[in-house]
Amino acid sequence: MRAFAAQVGTETYMTLRRGETLLLTVGIPVVFLVFFSTVHVGLTHAGTDASFFVPGVLALAVMSTAMVSLGIATGFERGYGVLKRLGSTPLGRSRLLGAKITTILLVEVVQAAVLVPVGYALGWQPGGHGSAGAAAGQALAVAMLATAAFGGLGLLLAGVLRAEVNLAAANGLYLVLLLLGGMIVPLYRLPGALADVAKALPAAALSQGLHAALGTGAAVPLASWITLVAWAVLAPVAATLTFRWE
Amino acid sequence: MDGLVVRYGRPPAPPAVDGLSFRAAAGEVLCILGPNGAGKTSTVECLEGYRRPAAGRVRVLGLDPVADHRRLVPRIGVMLQRGGVYPMLGPRRALHLFASYYEQPEDPDRLLEVVGLTEVAATPWRHLSGGEQARLSLALALVGRPEVVCLDEPTAGVDPEGRIGVRQVIARLRDRGVCVLLTTHELGEAEKLADRVIILHRGRAAAEGTPAELAAVAGGAAEVTFGAPGGLDVAAMSAAVGAPVVEEAPGRYRAAANGSPTFTAVLAGWLAERDATLTDLRVGRSLEEAYLEVVGAEAAAPTPVGAGAAPGRRRARR
Repeated sequence: MRAFAAQVGTETYMTLRRGETLLLTVGIPVVFLVFFSTVHVGLTHAGTDASFFVPGVLALAVMSTAMVSLGIATGFERGYGVLKRLGSTPLGRSRLLGAKITTILLVEVVQAAVLVPVGYALGWQPGGHGSAGAAAGQALAVAMLATAAFGGLGLLLAGVLRAEVNLAAANGLYLVLLLLGGMIVPLYRLPGALADVAKALPAAALSQGLHAALGTGAAVPLASWITLVAWAVLAPVAATLTFRWE
Repeated sequence: MDGLVVRYGRPPAPPAVDGLSFRAAAGEVLCILGPNGAGKTSTVECLEGYRRPAAGRVRVLGLDPVADHRRLVPRIGVMLQRGGVYPMLGPRRALHLFASYYEQPEDPDRLLEVVGLTEVAATPWRHLSGGEQARLSLALALVGRPEVVCLDEPTAGVDPEGRIGVRQVIARLRDRGVCVLLTTHELGEAEKLADRVIILHRGRAAAEGTPAELAAVAGGAAEVTFGAPGGLDVAAMSAAVGAPVVEEAPGRYRAAANGSPTFTAVLAGWLAERDATLTDLRVGRSLEEAYLEVVGAEAAAPTPVGAGAAPGRRRARR
């Protein structure tokens, strides 16, 4: 337990001390949220800006922490021989992985603590007639599944690619999923074929789930659940099978 | 270790380690010495459980490093040839973190003092000098109070002052009954650090023994080297001591003699008559000569960076 706590402490310290990580996980989502909610660029129906962008940016925050931040850090730890060195300590892989997951969840709490108040200040009003508790519960479940899916994707890249290539690949994938994920650009703005592809990706499933739970107040679509569960299982399994520790 | 074989390619590619056997006891410093690509790292990584041998039997503290990995790691300390530490962490944080992995760790702050890193305790790893990085890696290998320590090139890239520090730490480990296994391609380090040396060449043990034994065995013909003022009359000296003497370099003499008390007395007397001071008298060959004889002249030539056979040596340590 002492080892686990120390590992979580160290991982959190490193994550919150890296300027580029903070920019990615907190800075960019806040800037997007404030910019698109106040400057009406015509992406969304008039008057729905904050209600669309708050769930969208929360989805972006989950993706940037679970996939990009985790993936890049793990890739460099592999490159620097840290993972190899930890392999000959009593820490063990399961505790290391557990510490990394816990750290992601802690960072996501920090992100939500920043983004939600900003969203309220910008006029976000969670819609729907269901109870706030049910909406929050759905949103949490969606975010958890997405964290597993994106964490798996980040580790899949980190476990195979060289650290520098992994850095580029994770950022590139982030950009593609940002554009195709319905986070900033609503899916109905995309051409039909592209929208169909996008809906099979975990980013769109996450943002649709959060839009439903936190935006319109509707139930999360079944298709989103199925897509998220599939990615949440397949990506970590693929990462486990291909991960190289050295 | 009995008959260890490590392969990276399929036959007929030669194995990296080819039938290596040795034992190391508690309180002993065993050094595996060899040129780059000799199979040193492959050997150590089999002891640490990173590599599965293609053949042979490896036991550390009676445990199989791969099958009994979980039971073994709390009892061993490992220093990799390079890296292995979070680049953002300073020595103090890194040591406290590693200490938390073990049941009965050393006091991290005391250990920082032992390896002389107190002044840079908060400096991130990536800003430390090569010697400081090496000393931190060494400290991380020791923080769990291991019974067996495996150090891969512990003095590579370390400045002379740092090397003395590393040697002192290793000597203290031996005194505490820890079994220390280390690799190096530098003769001087092997000679200064080790109780016993295995010269590894192309994956095989080419010679084994204490540094003195190796030097004596490989020496063949006995010889004595010594320092004295340059330009002495070697013909007269040869006649006096009864053995041919040559001046190898100004002030360095070599005599084909066995170093008996009589020889030494006569030599000292002859020099005394000429008011010449005798310095640095050495009987037998140095380990360097033994090593070169075993490994061949190829080892004497500098090997280009990246020429090592083992993977993970693509980048040289700064």
